[in-house]
Amino acid sequence: MSGANPYKVSIGLETHVQLKTRSKIWCACPNTFGSDPNTDVCPICLGYPGSMPVLNAEAVKLTVMAGLLLGCRINHYSKFDRKSYFYPDMPKNYQISQYDQPLCTGGSVPIEVDGKPKVIRIHRIHLEEDVAKNNHFETASGVDFNRAGTPLMEIVSEPDIASADEAFAFLQALKQMLVYGGITDGNLEQGNIRCDINCSVRPDTQTTLGTKTEIKNMNTFKGVHRSLTYEIKRQIEVCEQGGKIMQETRRWDDARGVTTAMRSKEYAHDYRYFPEPDLMPVVLDDAQIDEWRTALPEMPQARRTRFITDFGLPAYDADVLVADKPIADFFEATLAAGASPKAASNWVMTELLRMLGEQEWSVSEARITPTMLADILRLLDEGKINNPAAKTIFSVCFTEGGDPRAIMEARGLAQVSDEGALDRWVQAAITANPKSVADYQAGKKAALQFLMGQVMRASQGKANPPKVMQALKAQLDG
Amino acid sequence: MHAQLPTVATLPQLLANGQTTTRSVVDTLSAAIESRNPVLNAYLSWDGAEAARWAQEVDAQSVANRPLLAGVPIGIKDVLNVQGQPCGCASLILEKYVSPYDATAVARLRQAGALPFGRLNMDEFAMGSSNENSAYGPARNPWNAGYVTGGSSGGSAAAVAGGMAVAALGTDTGGSIRQPAAFCGCVGLKPSYGRVSRYGLTAFASSLDQIGPLTQSVEDAAILLQVIAGHDPLDSTSLDRPVPDYRAALSGDLAGMRLGLPREYFTDGVDPQVTWAVRAAIEECRKLGAEIVDVDLPHTRYAVATYYIIATAEASANLARFDGVRYGARESGQDPIDSYGRTRARYFGPEVKRRIILGTFVLSSGYYDAYYLRAQKVRTLIRRDFEAAFQQCDALLAPVAPTTAYPLGERVDDPLQMYLGDIFTVTANLAGICGLSVPCGFSDNGLPVGLQVLGPAFREETILRVGHAYEQATDWHHGLPPVCAEDGGQ
Amino acid sequence: MDVRDVAHLARMHITAEEATLFQSQLEHILDHVRDLGELDLDGVEPTAHAVAVQNVFRVDEARPGLPHAQVMANAPQARNGLFMVPRILE
Ligand SMILES: [Zn+2]
Repeated sequence: MSGANPYKVSIGLETHVQLKTRSKIWCACPNTFGSDPNTDVCPICLGYPGSMPVLNAEAVKLTVMAGLLLGCRINHYSKFDRKSYFYPDMPKNYQISQYDQPLCTGGSVPIEVDGKPKVIRIHRIHLEEDVAKNNHFETASGVDFNRAGTPLMEIVSEPDIASADEAFAFLQALKQMLVYGGITDGNLEQGNIRCDINCSVRPDTQTTLGTKTEIKNMNTFKGVHRSLTYEIKRQIEVCEQGGKIMQETRRWDDARGVTTAMRSKEYAHDYRYFPEPDLMPVVLDDAQIDEWRTALPEMPQARRTRFITDFGLPAYDADVLVADKPIADFFEATLAAGASPKAASNWVMTELLRMLGEQEWSVSEARITPTMLADILRLLDEGKINNPAAKTIFSVCFTEGGDPRAIMEARGLAQVSDEGALDRWVQAAITANPKSVADYQAGKKAALQFLMGQVMRASQGKANPPKVMQALKAQLDG
Repeated sequence: MHAQLPTVATLPQLLANGQTTTRSVVDTLSAAIESRNPVLNAYLSWDGAEAARWAQEVDAQSVANRPLLAGVPIGIKDVLNVQGQPCGCASLILEKYVSPYDATAVARLRQAGALPFGRLNMDEFAMGSSNENSAYGPARNPWNAGYVTGGSSGGSAAAVAGGMAVAALGTDTGGSIRQPAAFCGCVGLKPSYGRVSRYGLTAFASSLDQIGPLTQSVEDAAILLQVIAGHDPLDSTSLDRPVPDYRAALSGDLAGMRLGLPREYFTDGVDPQVTWAVRAAIEECRKLGAEIVDVDLPHTRYAVATYYIIATAEASANLARFDGVRYGARESGQDPIDSYGRTRARYFGPEVKRRIILGTFVLSSGYYDAYYLRAQKVRTLIRRDFEAAFQQCDALLAPVAPTTAYPLGERVDDPLQMYLGDIFTVTANLAGICGLSVPCGFSDNGLPVGLQVLGPAFREETILRVGHAYEQATDWHHGLPPVCAEDGGQ
Repeated sequence: MDVRDVAHLARMHITAEEATLFQSQLEHILDHVRDLGELDLDGVEPTAHAVAVQNVFRVDEARPGLPHAQVMANAPQARNGLFMVPRILE
C-alpha cells in the first residue's frame, strides 16, 4: 500500500487450545483423535441424566503452565460456571467454562513481523470443555460426541494485533510456545488449535476502538490471515464509502475468499452464566504454582541460545532447529547418541527436513530414530562409508527403519579403501582417458575431477574419495 | 392376621432363624403391590418375577457372614439410575431412556446385598410437593386414597407406609423425603449435603439435592444411611469424611441433650392439629431427658422465595439436556432448535415448564443480580441462622409441614400456595444440614402428622438418636393404614 | 417478565393458553419473591455450595467409555454411528 495508512486496525484473538491429556476433562474417556464416531463416550460426556463432572487435575496443571509460559498472573482462587447454549454439539446444552474467575489473567506473547518485535498482551486464559463435532449431510446433520469434553483452554488476547501478518505471527509464536511447553500437540489438522477473531478498524485520528465484527471457528493460521486480509479491506471500504460497520458475526468462506454476515438471530444469546454447583473451586497456593513453574520445559529462545553457546552452532542453524520442537528434540537426541553437533545439525537440516517436506510427514511418522542417524554419522566418521552411501542408508532408515550397519552390509555399501583395488580402478581410468590425463598435465585441474568421477563410477560409488584422489595424484604427478 | 413386611433391622435375624425366606418376603411384597398399587399408584413399574429369581439365589446362599442388606429388596425412586432399567423421572420426555449405569447409592445397595426393586412414582423431575405432577398420575395416600402423598418422593412414601416396600430410596431437594414421609406416616431422612453421593441422581437442583431413605423405622433409616453414605470420587460435592456407626448412636434416651424450638416454625399459619401433635412430641422428648430451649431462625420467612429462585435456576440448566438428541423422546422440527422447542413443549409437564421459565428468568441478563445473586446472599443468612441456633442446642424440633395431607387437586391451580407449604423443609436444603421426619400422631381425619428433627451438617447420628428415642417411646409407627387392613394383608 | 421471551431462551415452545396461565402464575410468585428486596445484603457473601470444599480433582487416567451399541440404543434417531438431528443451518 502506498503512503501512510489512514486507518488503524485492532484485532483480538480468542484461541482455543486442546490440552494434551490422556483423558477428557470431566470423565475418563480417552482424549484421542480419529476414533470411530461415538466410541469414546460415556454417561458423563454424553450429558446423561444423573452424571456428574469431576475435574481432571492434569488439565488444571497444563492451563496453569501455559499461563506461566505466557507470563500470566495465576489466580489463587478460580471457579467454574455454566454457560447456557442450546446446540446439538453441546451434550448438556450448557458448557462448563470459567466466567469471572479464570485460572490465569494478564500475560503476553512476543512476536516479530518484518524484523520488528512487538508484544501482544493476553487478557486471560480459562479452562472449559470442547463440544462435539457436527457432520452435515444433505437433509440432516449427525453428531459425534467423541470430541465432547476434551479439555480446552481459551486464550483471550487484548486487541493489540494490528494486521493480518501480526495475527499470523501471534498464532505461530503461541503455538510454538505451547507445543514446547507440552501443553498441546498443536496439530491443526486435528483441530488442536482453533480461533475466533474480533476485528475493527478506525480512522487514525480516532482514539476509541471502532465497531468490531467477529469471525468464528477458524481452524488454520492461513485462513486467519486470509480472512483478516479480506475483512480489514472490507471494513476500510465501508468506512471510505461513508458506511457503518455493523456489530455482527461473520463467517469465513474459504472457497470464495470472503467473509459473509450470519443471520444475527443465530447469535443472539443470553448465556445466563452461574456458578457450576457440581464442581468445587480451585485454590492454588504459591508452593504449588512454584512447583509447576520449575517443571516448565525450556522455551525456544532459551534453547536457541543454548544451541549457539553450548554446541557452537551458527545462529541460522539454531533458528532452523528450534523452530519445530520435535526437530530440535530429534537433534538433541542424536547428540545424546554420540553424534557431533555440526554433523548432526547438517544432516537434520538438510536430509531430514528435505525428506519430511517431500513426504509431508512429521518427525514421528518417519521411521528413522536419532540413534540411527548417530550410527550413520559414526560409520561416516570412521570411514566405513562415504557420503553417497550415507545418504542411501539414511533414506532406507527414513522410510523403513533398521540398523544402519546391517543396511550397509546387506547392500554392499561399505567403502573400499583397499589400495590394490583402488589402484586397479585408477589405472583403468587413466588408460581409458588419455585426453583428460593430457589436459591435467597441461594444467587443467578440472580434468582431475573427471577422472575422479570415472573411478567412483567404476567402484559403484564405494571407493573412498580422499584415497582415490591421493592415488590419482600419485600416478599422474608421479 | 396381616402378613406384614419385616423391617430392614429385623430381617437378617428372621432369615438366620429360618422364620422367613427372602422368597417369602418378595412374594408378600409382590402380592401387596398387585393388590394395592392399582389404588395407590406408588410403583411405575416392577418386576416380581425377576425379584423372585433373585430371592431364590439369595436363599440358596449361606446365611453366615452376610452383608448388611442381604436379601432386602429396596424400592427406588424413578429419579435414580439403575443399570438396564428405565430412569424416567416420571416424565414423558425420558420414557424411552434406559440407563446404562447404576447411581452410586444404588450400587452401594447392591454391594450390601440388596436388590434395587421397581421404579417408584414421583413428581416429574422431583418438582412438586404432592406427587400430582407425575406424568403417570399421582400416587395416593395409604391412609386415605383421596388425599395426596406429598412429594416429590410420594411413591416411595406410599410404598413404605402402604406395606408395599421394606424400605425405599427417595431424594430431597426442598423436603421431598421428609414431607411425603410425614404425610404418609413413615420415617424419612434427608442427609446433610455431601453425605451421600448424588452420582446417578437425575439432578433437579444440584446444590440442594440429596438421596435418603424412607423406612418403617428410625433404625432402618440408620442402617440404609450406613450403606449409602460416604465419599464418592464420582461426585465432587460428596465429602471425604468418616461415616460414623449410626446404629450405635441409637441409645434410646435423650439424657443431656438440648433440643431447640425455632419460634418461626410455631406460628399461626400452622394447622392447630399439627401444632398440637408436635407439641405433644416435644413433651415426650422432655420426658426422655432432653432440655428444651427456644431459638430463633430469623430469616425463615425468606426461605421459600430464596429456595424457589435457586432451585429453579439450577433446574433450568439441569433440564436443558433433555432435547431429544442423545436419548429420550423427540419431536422433529425444521432445524435443531425448532425440534428442541417442540420436544420440550410436548413432553414436559406444566409444573416443569413453569419452573424452567422461572429459573431461566432469574438468571437472564439484567435480572441475575436482583434475583439469583440476591437469593444466594439470603442463602448465606439462612445458613448462619442455623449455625447460630446450633450453638445453643444439639438439634431442632419442628413440624415438617404446616398441614397434614390435603385432598387431591386442592392446590394444583395455585403454585404459590403449594410452594408456601414447603416453608419448614426448604431451609435444611438451603443450609445443607440434615433432617428427619418421624410419625408423631394423627389429625382428626386420620391423616399422619410428622415431627421434624433438624441437626447440624454431618450430625445424622444426633437426629437419628432423637428420632429413635421418641419412636421407641410412642407407638405411632405401629399404626396400619386402612388400605393394608381392607385387603386383609396378604 | 414476558413468559414468551423467556420460554424462547429455554428453547421451549409454549401455547397461547400456557403463556397466559404461566404469565399470571409466575407474576404472582415473583411478587412474593420480591420480599427479598427488604433485606440489606451489603457485604453478605453469596452461597453457591452448601459445603466449603475445594480442589476436588480426578487423576488423568483414561478408561474405555460405553460400548457403542449401548450408546446408540438410546438414540432417538441414528445413522452410521451418529446421532441424527435436523440439518443444522450455518
Ligand atoms: Zn466420557
